[in-house]
Amino acid sequence: MKTPLRALLVTAIAIGATFGLDPFRNYQLATAAACFAAVAGLTVLVGLTGQLSLGHAVLMAAGGYGFAFAATAVEAPWPLALLAGLAAAAAVSGLLGLLLGMAAARLRGPYLAGLTLALVIALPSAASTLPLGGDQGARAPFFAVPEGLSALIAVEQWHAWLAVAIAALAVTPLVMLRSGRAGLRMRAVLDDETAARLSGVDPGLVKAGAFWISAIPAGLGGAVLAVATQQVTPGGYGLAFSLLLVVAAVVGGLGSIGGAAIGSVLVVVLPWAVDELVALAPSDFGQRLDGNLAVLLFGAGLVAMTLAWPGGAARLLDRLRAARPSRFATPSTTTER
Amino acid sequence: MRTTTIRTAAAAAAALALTACSTPGGDESVPGVTDDTVTIGTHQPLTGPAAAGYSTISAATAAYFAYVNDNGGIHGRSIEYVVKDDAYDPAATQTAVRELVTEEKVFAVVNGLGTPTHSSVLDYLDQQGVPDLFVSSGSLTWNQPGVYENTFAFNADYVTEGAALAQYAVEQAPDAKICVLGQDDDYGEGIVEGVETVIGSNAVTEVQTYTTSAEDLTAQTGAMMAAGCEVNVLGTINGFTAMAVGTAAQMEWFPKWYVSSSGADYPTLAGYLGEDLAPALLQGMVSVNYLPFSPDGEWVALFERINEEYNDGAPFTGNTVFGMSVGYLFAEALAAAGEDPTRESLVDAVESGDLLGNGILPLSYGADDHAAYRGVGITVVDEGVQDYVGTAYEVSGGAVAPVEPSPVPLENEGIPG
Repeated sequence: MKTPLRALLVTAIAIGATFGLDPFRNYQLATAAACFAAVAGLTVLVGLTGQLSLGHAVLMAAGGYGFAFAATAVEAPWPLALLAGLAAAAAVSGLLGLLLGMAAARLRGPYLAGLTLALVIALPSAASTLPLGGDQGARAPFFAVPEGLSALIAVEQWHAWLAVAIAALAVTPLVMLRSGRAGLRMRAVLDDETAARLSGVDPGLVKAGAFWISAIPAGLGGAVLAVATQQVTPGGYGLAFSLLLVVAAVVGGLGSIGGAAIGSVLVVVLPWAVDELVALAPSDFGQRLDGNLAVLLFGAGLVAMTLAWPGGAARLLDRLRAARPSRFATPSTTTER
Repeated sequence: MRTTTIRTAAAAAAALALTACSTPGGDESVPGVTDDTVTIGTHQPLTGPAAAGYSTISAATAAYFAYVNDNGGIHGRSIEYVVKDDAYDPAATQTAVRELVTEEKVFAVVNGLGTPTHSSVLDYLDQQGVPDLFVSSGSLTWNQPGVYENTFAFNADYVTEGAALAQYAVEQAPDAKICVLGQDDDYGEGIVEGVETVIGSNAVTEVQTYTTSAEDLTAQTGAMMAAGCEVNVLGTINGFTAMAVGTAAQMEWFPKWYVSSSGADYPTLAGYLGEDLAPALLQGMVSVNYLPFSPDGEWVALFERINEEYNDGAPFTGNTVFGMSVGYLFAEALAAAGEDPTRESLVDAVESGDLLGNGILPLSYGADDHAAYRGVGITVVDEGVQDYVGTAYEVSGGAVAPVEPSPVPLENEGIPG
């Protein structure tokens, strides 16, 4: 199936699914869609070029701030404000991604991880030094349900629609790039830089480019969160959240877009599910741990999951698919480490 | 084949639409109210940077509600208090409050804590028409009856507190150099504004700020020491108050501390500074308050009893008094909302201006005023005991006037009905 058509189908199914969810689940779906956009970018970056970024939350924040300021500034009907916001989100996160990419092309492994980590840690200070509203953050406009639909759907569902649509816009080009020439070049650079150079591929250019194209979906993910929550705060894009994005990419299976979707849903739903579980435990027990029991269980769950499926959820799906006779040839994912 | 798939998907979506779970409207009953329960919710920092200072508030409120429920509840309904942790992180607050409203179907959100955190859900609660009572923060944001019809403040606002602190400082030492250390949000700005209404703008010798994510206050304390500050007015949360006092002491600098009520709870500060050092370091610390926490008062006696019986005898602090006072005010509002409360009747009850609360000054709620306390009393720490000194100020229209405290007497064992 052609990628855009498949994207359209998946989007239609996701939007249809919102009818089966209550408002809070729809809000979680919107959050998961935001994470999905960012994790898809991250998983391509890490899986195809081997550049580990711990700072994708900052790229999301950049997109979120870009969206909030642009969409507030545009005095126009909501579709225009939304588009202006999205354009600004892509531009701001793309620019930051390009700058980072240029540095990334010159750095390796732990040094790049260190640089991106520093960026996350610097975000609260940057937010209070730059005119970004400090810890209180920036307000993003509220997109109410359009007239014709207001009798049918609640605001959370409407935001879930917007979230799904924006995530589709963000991820589809990424999938096309990944399966096209750009993806081939990235794999070439990952496998052997010298060999790639001999074949006329410039590793520096490919690495910087990969950072750039992975930053834009992250920025759009930030815009999705701004739509769903009408707020962008540095607190929402802290170190924990940034590492959670990496967790989603790893749990889903590095390099796999489907895995990114599974991973994003997991990191959104799992903490909530663990909270529910903790609420069932005797209250004494929970109180003694001062609310840290949930964090503990979440961590233990992740460790167990990584031990059980080292290749992530995507590899598990592949194995299921391989076990079943199929007329579609399963593309090999061995290069996507 | 492909088009059939899409058609099937579209048909499935349409079929689902008919049984939509998200469809608004239709339900006539009052959310969160049954024949024998009223469910309300809150967001509190149970973990994270602010937990050490404030995580005990919701436990105290819950203990007070347990006491009320054991004594028959309000109009025969027991109060279910759902506490969600937001780790003082606005992003987490948004998730927590959405869960309260859409999953727990709470009747009202009561005492949501924090300026940055609660700001992030203000619009959402307004859109959903959920009563947003007694916000645990002194920002002026909560007092906008024209914009946020259902939002009411609980704390005296920071401008009032700043003005009262400055007025008392001027009366104690007319020529002292007054400085301010404030949090870099509405909290710190409000305190500065209050101080400036009393001593005039630009008369503050030094203004320093910090962010809640900061690791230390060395730079700020050093700058204030270099500027020769004599009276330091603090718009800081408990952890940072302790840090400021401790850092100054390390520099062997002992100025006078005038601290906003949100960061001046003696037992909590003593927890940070150590029981052995606290009485010396905090000797003479001036603060303001509006709740009944005189160690020999009848309210404190009741709250201590409830704390012993329903809160496992947790340490009794200003947070305990705060949490239980909020609980009392909500119970009073619920009682006033009638036999069959609705969200409208609850808001009307608060706006009626008939609520008494349990403060040392009258509540100022009304249709055009969603602020709780317009005035505050001065408290001073002496030999490890924090108590009122009998001075109180009312702040209105930029003027500070002394008033006589008029504490509300305890009635019916602290159970409104």
